[in-house]
Amino acid sequence: MISRELRISIRATVVTLVLTGLAYPLATTGLALLLFPARARGSLIADQYGRTVGSELIAQSFASAGYLQPRPSAAGEKGYDATSSGGSNLGPTSKALRDRAATELQRLVAENPDATGPLPAELVTASGSGLDPHVSPEAALWQAPRMARARGVSEERVRAVIEANVEGRELLVLGEPRVNVLLVNLALDWQFGRPPLAHR
Amino acid sequence: MTAVGWAQISIYFLLVLAVTKPLGAYMFRVFEGNRQPLPAVLGRLERFLYRLCGVDPAREQPWTLYAFSVLAFSLFGFLVTYAIERAQHWLPLNPQKLGPVEPALAFNTAASFTTNTNWQAYSPETTMSYLAQMAGLAWHNFTSAAVGLAVALALARGFTRKVGSTGVNTIGSFWVDLVRATVYVLLPICVVYALFLVSQGVLQNLAPYREVVTLEGAKQVLAMGPVASQEAIKMLGINGGGFFNANSAHPFENPTPLTNFVQMLSMFAIPAGLTYTYGRMARDQRQGWALFSGMAALSIAGVLCVYAAEARGNPALRGLSRLEQTAGNLEGKETRFGLAASALFATVTTDASCGAVNSMHDSFTPLGGLVALVNMQLGEVIFGGVGAGLYGILMFVLLTVFIAGLMVGRTPEYLGKKIEAREMKLAMLYVLIFPLLILGFSAWAAVAPYGTSSIANAGPHSLSEILYAFSSGAGNNGSAFAGLNANTRFWNLALGFDMLAGRFLMMVPVLAIAGSMVSKKVVPAGPGTFPTNGALFAALLVAVIVIVGALTFFPALSLGPLVEHFAARAGRLF
Repeated sequence: MISRELRISIRATVVTLVLTGLAYPLATTGLALLLFPARARGSLIADQYGRTVGSELIAQSFASAGYLQPRPSAAGEKGYDATSSGGSNLGPTSKALRDRAATELQRLVAENPDATGPLPAELVTASGSGLDPHVSPEAALWQAPRMARARGVSEERVRAVIEANVEGRELLVLGEPRVNVLLVNLALDWQFGRPPLAHR
Repeated sequence: MTAVGWAQISIYFLLVLAVTKPLGAYMFRVFEGNRQPLPAVLGRLERFLYRLCGVDPAREQPWTLYAFSVLAFSLFGFLVTYAIERAQHWLPLNPQKLGPVEPALAFNTAASFTTNTNWQAYSPETTMSYLAQMAGLAWHNFTSAAVGLAVALALARGFTRKVGSTGVNTIGSFWVDLVRATVYVLLPICVVYALFLVSQGVLQNLAPYREVVTLEGAKQVLAMGPVASQEAIKMLGINGGGFFNANSAHPFENPTPLTNFVQMLSMFAIPAGLTYTYGRMARDQRQGWALFSGMAALSIAGVLCVYAAEARGNPALRGLSRLEQTAGNLEGKETRFGLAASALFATVTTDASCGAVNSMHDSFTPLGGLVALVNMQLGEVIFGGVGAGLYGILMFVLLTVFIAGLMVGRTPEYLGKKIEAREMKLAMLYVLIFPLLILGFSAWAAVAPYGTSSIANAGPHSLSEILYAFSSGAGNNGSAFAGLNANTRFWNLALGFDMLAGRFLMMVPVLAIAGSMVSKKVVPAGPGTFPTNGALFAALLVAVIVIVGALTFFPALSLGPLVEHFAARAGRLF
């Protein structure tokens, strides 16, 4: 009895491994590449010259005044490391969290002298993945005066680009309205040319 | 809190309710029906698998052999995964040339995936080859889910079969349950589900990591891989192990609010459906709905607490000038999901013993984190894992029936079968092993230097991190207060044993109960029978679950999240 069950165990181990561990993912890969090739390969996007500049779905660091800046990132040591995703995991009574947010707040206020209104907290809080490609429309508009001045265009034109890039809730209720940082920056470059780059 | 947020949460629970009956009826047909669905396609695959495995589908097993098969199959799976991890540098599909996984970590990970926990002490992007992810880990996502489903069905058969005086003592065939769960339930849904995920932006390729140059001229390396196929079963099988470190917060795993919603739905789908399957097996649909409503009540109460707590914002950021926290506590949360979908996801994933996260629980407010912790400590019975939720709550049903019997002074019975000393001893074993593991290991880790050295946050939050880890392990959940550095020898080994004991030490008493119940005589219900299919019973069941959990864990919780909550209100930081 026991030896029969043992024999079946070994055979079932091999059979399920081949079926669900190899055949299923490989077949899915084939189908996915056939049906949705761009998505399956990472939703890569190119700039106006055809250079691949990133993935639509993955945040990148933007330090220049003329570009929309993403949320802070705890992915990897310098942030925005797309091979080292993760959040800060700082707790709700963490002094380190308050210090980090206060420093970030100070920097943002200094770099955005013309910004009006309160600063949305997401701009000083790190996302869960560290690769959050979006900011809220409010957080984007808050940065508009800085981007406009760096690019030498009117604030209204920058705001118009942001507003054209707002993605609403899905099916009316799911998620939150947002703008994709990289898409906005590509749109800004497309309309106004490339801004002066910050020294890195 | 917003009206749209509440709408999202309400629609979610309505949809869970809507899938319960069709999926439950389908599963009944698959496992207990006379003719399996889609015989021309799936039936052929089923019979082919029986032949390959040498299984005679007509031969049923008594509980001892059933349990032996579960343990043997799980052991071999564990060993194969350990071997793949250790040898991944010699195997194909490793474009990043990642080296072998270190032994303690490989043990922890193999235990984690064998037990349906999917605790991740490793960073997948820099640790696991594509082959290790597909064949070492995602394979277990199927098999461990199927094992859980099988054990739940075996227990349900023990309660519901009427064998009369034939003396039949078998509770089904583990091999048949395993194959049918895979062929009819998990695999077909996952193929469709994975392709849907790809259409939304989830990766599915075998390419090496992709380097790009950003608009500012910086280099960025994008991790790649066969993500969607793993993501689908990770959610449907309530495993929760992310392809990437950030799990379902990662945009390549969960790119849109829609995928997020579907992921949440797929966590509750099978356990909710199983309550219906159970009602069908008991030939009294209300038996299933009583369980469903108890689970749903606890789950909804949890969401309300988390959403309300998180909406108040992060206490550590309170009072910074010009900062506006009207959108709530956003540390560790993603913009596209926002507060409601993050609070709901956190509740669902800890209810359902899934452990996938779309936001970082370590950064939740003290009360938000408390709910996640309590959800796990109630025994992973609020819908719970695939199968594990049903057999878990049925243990609490026995306890409830027993307590009700004590109150009226009658021998307790359930579905017409007498509950006697042997079953109560086994059920209590199930109920007691769990807190023993959590509190025992936590106490050890909290006083040992090699335990506390892994803590990330100071103050009361540090105890919460330890409690969370062992609750997650023993409950086979797998989510974490992820600041804790769990990749040390002590933590890898301790959590490895925590997970194995929390799975198999608890499964064996369940199967033993199935074995002793199945051949019992069924006595018709009389005027003194305590009905187990109404609202009164559901309320009593919820009360028993909450009281057992509260009595056991309140002292520890009061030193962790509760103290932290009051410290935060007093404006203290650590």
